[in-house]
Amino acid sequence: MSKSIDQVFISAKQWLLSWLAGSPAWLIHVVSSLINIFALLAVFLTLFALISVLERKILARMQNRYGPNRVGPCGLFQPIADGIKMLIKEDIVPARADKIVHFCAPVLIAAVAILTLGVIPYGRNMTPFTIDGGILFFFAVGSATELAVFMAGWASNNKFSMLGAMRAIAQMISYELPLIIAVLPVVMVVGSLMPDRIVTAQAGFTFGVVPRWFAFTPWGAAAFILFFVSGLVESNRTPFDVPEGESEIVAGHMTEYSGFKYATFFMAEYLGMFAVSGLGVTLFLGGWHAPARAAEFVPSYVWFFAKLSALLFVYIWVRGTLPRTRVDQMMNFAWKFMLPMAFTCIIAAAVWHYAGRGLRGWLWSLVVIAAVYTALSTLLDTKRKFAPRVYRFAE
Amino acid sequence: MNSAAFILIAATTLAAALAAATLRKLMHAALSFAVAFVGIAAFFFLLGAEFVGLALVFIYIGAVAVLIVFTILLTRRDLGKDHGFNWSGVLIAFAVFVGLTWSILKTQSLSIVALHIRVLTVKKIGETLMTSYVWPLQCVGLLLTAALIGALVLVVEEKR
Repeated sequence: MSKSIDQVFISAKQWLLSWLAGSPAWLIHVVSSLINIFALLAVFLTLFALISVLERKILARMQNRYGPNRVGPCGLFQPIADGIKMLIKEDIVPARADKIVHFCAPVLIAAVAILTLGVIPYGRNMTPFTIDGGILFFFAVGSATELAVFMAGWASNNKFSMLGAMRAIAQMISYELPLIIAVLPVVMVVGSLMPDRIVTAQAGFTFGVVPRWFAFTPWGAAAFILFFVSGLVESNRTPFDVPEGESEIVAGHMTEYSGFKYATFFMAEYLGMFAVSGLGVTLFLGGWHAPARAAEFVPSYVWFFAKLSALLFVYIWVRGTLPRTRVDQMMNFAWKFMLPMAFTCIIAAAVWHYAGRGLRGWLWSLVVIAAVYTALSTLLDTKRKFAPRVYRFAE
Repeated sequence: MNSAAFILIAATTLAAALAAATLRKLMHAALSFAVAFVGIAAFFFLLGAEFVGLALVFIYIGAVAVLIVFTILLTRRDLGKDHGFNWSGVLIAFAVFVGLTWSILKTQSLSIVALHIRVLTVKKIGETLMTSYVWPLQCVGLLLTAALIGALVLVVEEKR
């Protein structure tokens, strides 16, 4: 019984495709892809609507106020009202803007975010598009975000837009490095770039209790934290929302966008956040595997989305807690701390592998990571070096 | 279906390449250049060489296109000016075209039945890189590190 509930969406798709039995293979292929795309969009756009209201509710709770509570029960219909508002708003394009590029930027950024969602396994047999190099696809396509942000900033012909785009690209390029390098240990240990294989490799339980997720090994835990922080930066979330810091440069590269184009940027940001969190769940938190043997009767996709929601809650929690970082602090952190730690994770994973993947390997890799962490934090200690700040580019 | 996809991709790639060569605004040309590279990557996907296609997207869209766009932004001020038609470019393009056509016509392999090629997986590429091509790989790595340090030395703040 639980097996059929687990595969209910697969069976539904098979049932839909059975209507086409006898038609040419390419038609079935196209329709099958279209069903996948439709399901992906339906699920994640609903999740986007839900998260946008939940985020405001949770932030309000943290700041001791009510949050949206007028539209529908507990303000749950707020996203519908927001959507209608965004749709009927006037779409203003600056007279001196580059019209075509100005239009293409939000389209490209949303397309990229949706494409990256396509390679994540959402449940048993539930990867929308199985690609041999799925992880590589994720980052290859994701790297087009920088171009889209640049297009938005340049086409707006506005100094705030350009400055915001420059900041965004600078931080995205800097943090893409630790993001990708933090993924490498998992790829090395599993020996595959395929998300499904990575999830399969995390099946089972050590001592019958502790799940074999990579987040429970020292290198995996360190890599997961690095991945999470880099993911925060890639999706331009607080405390790394420097590119759109309202108090400094209006809204960064989105300054000259209004109406539904602005909403598209907003949506792309959230979809990108879902994609990075989904990849984090896949790589480090066991994908769709249940956290305990007794809980395996619950369908796999429920576990995936439970883990995804937990990560998203941490994103919101961080946003409600931390102030914005300064640009130079953020860059220093990327190059001086994140990058060396990401390389250390690779070495620690190798140590873990060659020490037999058991308790001995666990302890040795912990030693490697602890040693490098202590050395780095002593070297980078700035407590005794406080001095008046030197302004290099402005007086 | 494959031939339909081929024609579609080829048309897009050629149109983007033509736009990159002819568009007035340099920024538009650079962006069409990126589109042309997406088209070429799509060809590799069509041929089943996923890794090469993904590497192409990764390097040319994620790095080279951003680099070109930044270079244009940081160097050019006279974006609107027309410098007249560049005949030497036409000459070079024509020479390259003739050379390629000549070498394609000279090659005999077109008349031979294509060998059955096994699907190239990422794993196989990795194994080849780490065994038979390990020295070239290390040399390229060293070169890249040297370039990285060189760039750092160029931009590092001079202490007075």
